[in-house]
Amino acid sequence: MARAEAPETAPDPTAAAQAATLEVPPELVAQSLGEWFRAWLTRIRSGDSGVLPVLLALLIITIVFEAISPNNVFLSAGNIVNLFQQSAVFMVLAMGELFVILLGEIDLSIGYAGGVGAAITVQLVQPSTAKWPWWGAVLAGLLVCVVIGGLHGTLVTRLRLSSLIVTLGGLLTWQGAMLIILGLALSGYPSLAGLDANRQVLYNLMNGTIDPVVSWVAMAVVVIGIAALLWFGDSRRRRSGLVAPPVSLTLIKIVLIAIVGISVVAICNINRAANGTLAGVPWVIPIVLAVFGAWMVLLQRTKFGRYVYAIGGNPEAARRAGINLAAVRTLCFIICSFTAGIGLLLYASYLGGMSGNINGGQLVLYAIASVVLAGTSLFGGRGKVLHGILGGLVIGGIYNGMGLLGLDVRWQFIVTGLVLLVAITIDSLSRRSATSGSAARV
Amino acid sequence: MGQVIDESPTAEPRFKARGVDKHFGPVQALTQVDLDLYPGQITALCGDNGAGKSVLTKCIAGIYEIDHGQFFWEGQPVHVRTPRDAARLGIETVYQDLALADNLDIVQNMFLGRERLRNGFLYEDDMERAASKTLADLRVTTVRSIRQPVASLSGGQRQSVAVAKAVMWNSKLVMLDEPTAALGVVQTKMVLDLVRRLRDRGLAVMMISHNLNDVFEVADRIAVVHLGRMVAQGRASSFDRQSVVDYMTTGASSRSGQQANADGATSGTR
Ligand SMILES: Nc1ncnc2c1ncn2[C@@H]1O[C@H](COP(=O)(O)OP(=O)(O)OP(=O)(O)O)[C@@H](O)[C@H]1O
Ligand SMILES: [Mg+2]
Repeated sequence: MARAEAPETAPDPTAAAQAATLEVPPELVAQSLGEWFRAWLTRIRSGDSGVLPVLLALLIITIVFEAISPNNVFLSAGNIVNLFQQSAVFMVLAMGELFVILLGEIDLSIGYAGGVGAAITVQLVQPSTAKWPWWGAVLAGLLVCVVIGGLHGTLVTRLRLSSLIVTLGGLLTWQGAMLIILGLALSGYPSLAGLDANRQVLYNLMNGTIDPVVSWVAMAVVVIGIAALLWFGDSRRRRSGLVAPPVSLTLIKIVLIAIVGISVVAICNINRAANGTLAGVPWVIPIVLAVFGAWMVLLQRTKFGRYVYAIGGNPEAARRAGINLAAVRTLCFIICSFTAGIGLLLYASYLGGMSGNINGGQLVLYAIASVVLAGTSLFGGRGKVLHGILGGLVIGGIYNGMGLLGLDVRWQFIVTGLVLLVAITIDSLSRRSATSGSAARV
Repeated sequence: MGQVIDESPTAEPRFKARGVDKHFGPVQALTQVDLDLYPGQITALCGDNGAGKSVLTKCIAGIYEIDHGQFFWEGQPVHVRTPRDAARLGIETVYQDLALADNLDIVQNMFLGRERLRNGFLYEDDMERAASKTLADLRVTTVRSIRQPVASLSGGQRQSVAVAKAVMWNSKLVMLDEPTAALGVVQTKMVLDLVRRLRDRGLAVMMISHNLNDVFEVADRIAVVHLGRMVAQGRASSFDRQSVVDYMTTGASSRSGQQANADGATSGTR
């Protein structure tokens, strides 16, 4: 008689229960802050430490570079703003790359796919070429990025090619395309340093500043808005008996967000010019926040976002749930390239023009390193948009700090490589401890 | 053609399969399979390992498209090409490999592919309420939090979630592929009770099990597959353990004739 039921396949109830205790996110079962904190410590000890390592890394980077940078310039207002600007490019690229990494795929081409878009935009606003309005040029550049992403996604989903190979091909192809577009320059090096309004707008994306008073008001509106959403959301869930964090935890979250908001605006509003005045929040900060907010809502609050996680976690389960895998996957590649277009536009703005020398291969590695080192899994299904921000800050910090020390690009390559290695090691180690914690599972 | 051991009930089957073929490359997984599933009845699908039970289930669920044959839903010919087609008819499935996304929580898994929206955004509160009501109805009380990721559940808890996921919808046919395989005694009883409750609600239920105790405990009808062919199908009372084992292992039974005759039903070719 065929009996599939063997006694040894039955899970050991105590071991399973133990694994469950370790893995349940603390905020789900805790009733008080103390309980939440204890559960959180247990979870960290079991190997699932969330964003803690990346926050620690940020702290270490800050302390080390502040100590060894000439005249302790690392924490000066001017350098912090510069650090934000440099990190912005990595953050935006990382937030785009996140979408394909969540699927368990990879996109190696974003540096040059975005570069093609940025090159088109910069070329189109040149008075000596097309003389387009800045918004038209930006739209055209981003549209081309959308097409590139759609092409990658179609090749991966319809022809079932490996995304690694497709986008490796893309890395080369789009670099060539970018160079061709830049080579069309009738004006020589396509620069954004012009006095005409269109080029000024693009130049200001990174370098323009918002009036200090306006910054304070805008920051207050944003923080109060987020706080209200958090507070009313959590208390509604508490009232109707749904899973919700303790009141004190909601308050702590709100206070943290307010502290970050106030600090950023306060630092940016310090005069950072050697002579004269230069103060205010650079435009790039609200731009990055907009990308962050949009992609977070998309991933956490929409069907599409839910399907991205489902496909990354178990594609077969997603398929059986009737999800159109090809469409979701293709859309992720499109979002990735589109976001890369924004990232490279910011980079062009930072450089004051578009150069054929940008290193798109290095940019993509920075982007991948950013999310992975903040806790996103390369195996798919696990990661957050916030990881792009935090990881981008770490990578930007290293990049900036090494620049301050006068270490050239050779050392930057080596350190970035090491950081990437460490990040991926952490990823696979935490994965291993997560699986061993639940080895008793069937 | 399978051997018909007794006469079918006079009611129209909710679901009928006729002459279903399915192959994977050179492997002929199903050959000319007929199957009837009646409302308010539990049909146990039996067969040895590799007989084709899961493939048949997946064909009905729209995971695989059949090569030949026809499905009928409440008498009407239908095509089930995708899981969405099946869901639209009211067919829900608990798969042998469960098909849950480990990284999603219980609520997210139960609503996967059918999320409730408000103003275009996920309506989490509503989904959480509905999911916890379903779990409470099924007396699945051992999970610590409905918001914990499925990765942190025990095998039995995962099975319970998979069952709950299938019965949450207004389904008319529920297929369970070895729903008790990983369960302890208590949970097995719970799932079998649940299966009976589904039948009492008038659903058509198909259950695959290798455990003949379970089969004879709950089944109203039994269907036996052997090497991709339906070799016997009929009222549970017209089978006994030995005849089911004979059909499963050899595709025929010398005892069933007597059984069926004793039952006063027309026996098949043998
Ligand atoms: N996707 C597939 N590709 C190729 N062959 C398959 C596939 N799925 C099933 N088969 C084959 O079809 C046959 C029937 O498999 P099926 O899974 O239906 O068996 P089963 O009756 O469910 O067995 P078990 O009791 O072990 O679950 C087997 O020979 C199997 O190898
Ligand atoms: Mg099977």
